Amino acid sequence: MGWLGAGGGLVADVCGASLRVAVNQPGPIPLAAEFVCQPGELLALVGPSGSGKTTLLRTIAGLYRPQHGQVECAGNVWFDAERKHSLSPQRRQIGMVFQDYALFPHLTALDNVQLSVRHLPQPQRRLQAEKWLSKVRLEGLGGRYPNALSGGQRQRVALARALARDPKVLLLDEPFSAVDQVTRRRLQRELALLRQQIEIPIVLVTHDLEEATALADQICVLHNGASLQQATPEALFTRPSSPLVARLLDRHNLFDGVVVTVNGQRRLQWGACSLEVAEGLDELPLGEQVTWYLPPSDIVLHRRDRPSLGERENPLAATVDELVVLGGITSVSLRVNHGDMLRFDIATHAARRNQLTSGTVVNVSLLAAGVHLMPGRADAHNNRT
Amino acid sequence: MDWSALSVSLRLAAFTCLILIPFSIWLGRALAYARFRGKGLCEALVALPLVLPPTVLGFYLLLSFGRDAPLGAFWAEVTGSGLNFTFNGILLASLLANLPFAVQPIQRAFEHVPHNLREAAWCSGLSPWQTLLRIELPLVWPGIMSAAALTFAHTLGEFGVILMVGGAIDGETRTLAIAIYDRVQAFDEQGAAQMSALLLLVSFVTLGLVYGLAGRRRWARG
Repeated sequence: MGWLGAGGGLVADVCGASLRVAVNQPGPIPLAAEFVCQPGELLALVGPSGSGKTTLLRTIAGLYRPQHGQVECAGNVWFDAERKHSLSPQRRQIGMVFQDYALFPHLTALDNVQLSVRHLPQPQRRLQAEKWLSKVRLEGLGGRYPNALSGGQRQRVALARALARDPKVLLLDEPFSAVDQVTRRRLQRELALLRQQIEIPIVLVTHDLEEATALADQICVLHNGASLQQATPEALFTRPSSPLVARLLDRHNLFDGVVVTVNGQRRLQWGACSLEVAEGLDELPLGEQVTWYLPPSDIVLHRRDRPSLGERENPLAATVDELVVLGGITSVSLRVNHGDMLRFDIATHAARRNQLTSGTVVNVSLLAAGVHLMPGRADAHNNRT
Repeated sequence: MDWSALSVSLRLAAFTCLILIPFSIWLGRALAYARFRGKGLCEALVALPLVLPPTVLGFYLLLSFGRDAPLGAFWAEVTGSGLNFTFNGILLASLLANLPFAVQPIQRAFEHVPHNLREAAWCSGLSPWQTLLRIELPLVWPGIMSAAALTFAHTLGEFGVILMVGGAIDGETRTLAIAIYDRVQAFDEQGAAQMSALLLLVSFVTLGLVYGLAGRRRWARG
């Protein structure tokens, strides 16, 4: 079968060692997900709780069997519902880090790791386990029981145990959710470093968009068990495939518009403004209702003292509705004449320099290259605050 | 001092434990993990000996051990001997009477093993048997120990059921508890006192040993 990426295009398989998942079932846990993860690549499955992230991870691990679909890794079929073929978790050779780590409480850190190197001959096992503990910077703590380790140390033992198996795929189920912020940052950094040494697909389940953006090469957005879009974080945040994806990614600046012609040129009618759009407008029929999205980075605030680059593109006047100072960043909400709200962040010192206060009228440009058109109307979504 | 009664009691307690504990590990684990219709009914059956007067249990066993009852007939067919008033009979009775004492602590212990530990073991490559031996059994060990202790001590002290199905045949079915009753009936207060003290000592030492062993788990200390 053709492996379609959720974005619609065929995902190129650069190497035979990739992980491919395509599963489908109406219930009891609804699933309709497809994704591909290349070796050395980190794919983040993101979505709200109940979106089926963990179920998909368990499906890859062989701990859950959906009614339809396939799971393939490194050229081997691990699961094929139609052929009633399913390898046991033992035979799939996966490394899994559970949400609460699931360390064996009656075994020391070293013994925990040693349990998963039993594919090696007996004399090498201890040495290999020690090697993995030192790779996750736990030298000297091998003799400790899990209850004598901190949250971060337990997570490292779990990671060492998962990797010691020499797995074909590494599965991480919200691995940073049970530790404090400082430890989380450190562990995320360590994972990013460790990744450079392992050439296998890595699948990370998280509900933390920031974490996914920071760590992942690819993000797959899930909703009610369905994969909506798989793309790089950059592409996802500038070109969400649907209003729903934009909403799940906590994007603002989703609006409705109509395709019109002004002086023989295609324009996007938004309230009283007719906007220039760099891409996609010419393919749409005249009069078509569309939803469009503008990344906050493509809203340019005109400086009062001197003009800046891009001011000629889609200039418009708007009233400052709300200013929320969050440390060094200020979140600005602008009300456009017809009532829609534009939202973007600027540095707090820039907001002060431009004397932004609630109620003042400012000029902004909406960069034509940033305007992203999507099928369907955004009505249900753009009133969010 | 009735040494043969002590020997019957110890043999009965030991055999009861040896047979009942492995069976209870299987049943307790199944009841802890499995979801099936009639599970509540199954648990109620296991718990029944807890609330039933021993004489009632003994009475029904006496009936079913008879040669014209299916169980008694089957036993006679297979072994050539009866069940009533024999050591095998009181052993079978003891197994049934002790079912809740053996199954319940083990079931509770299995219920407290986090489900994802088994999954983590499978993902680490351990087969279901290896998972049972290396992960589950060490974790439920205190439950098994306490089941063994309760079963052993309860068998030593069992009176009603044994008397109903076994009577008091010297060296065959007369346990220490029954011998004490016999001594009191015969106004041999000194004999009864000696045996009571012995039963107290044996029970205490057994329980002490078992709880001492079960408590020695370095990893469980917080």
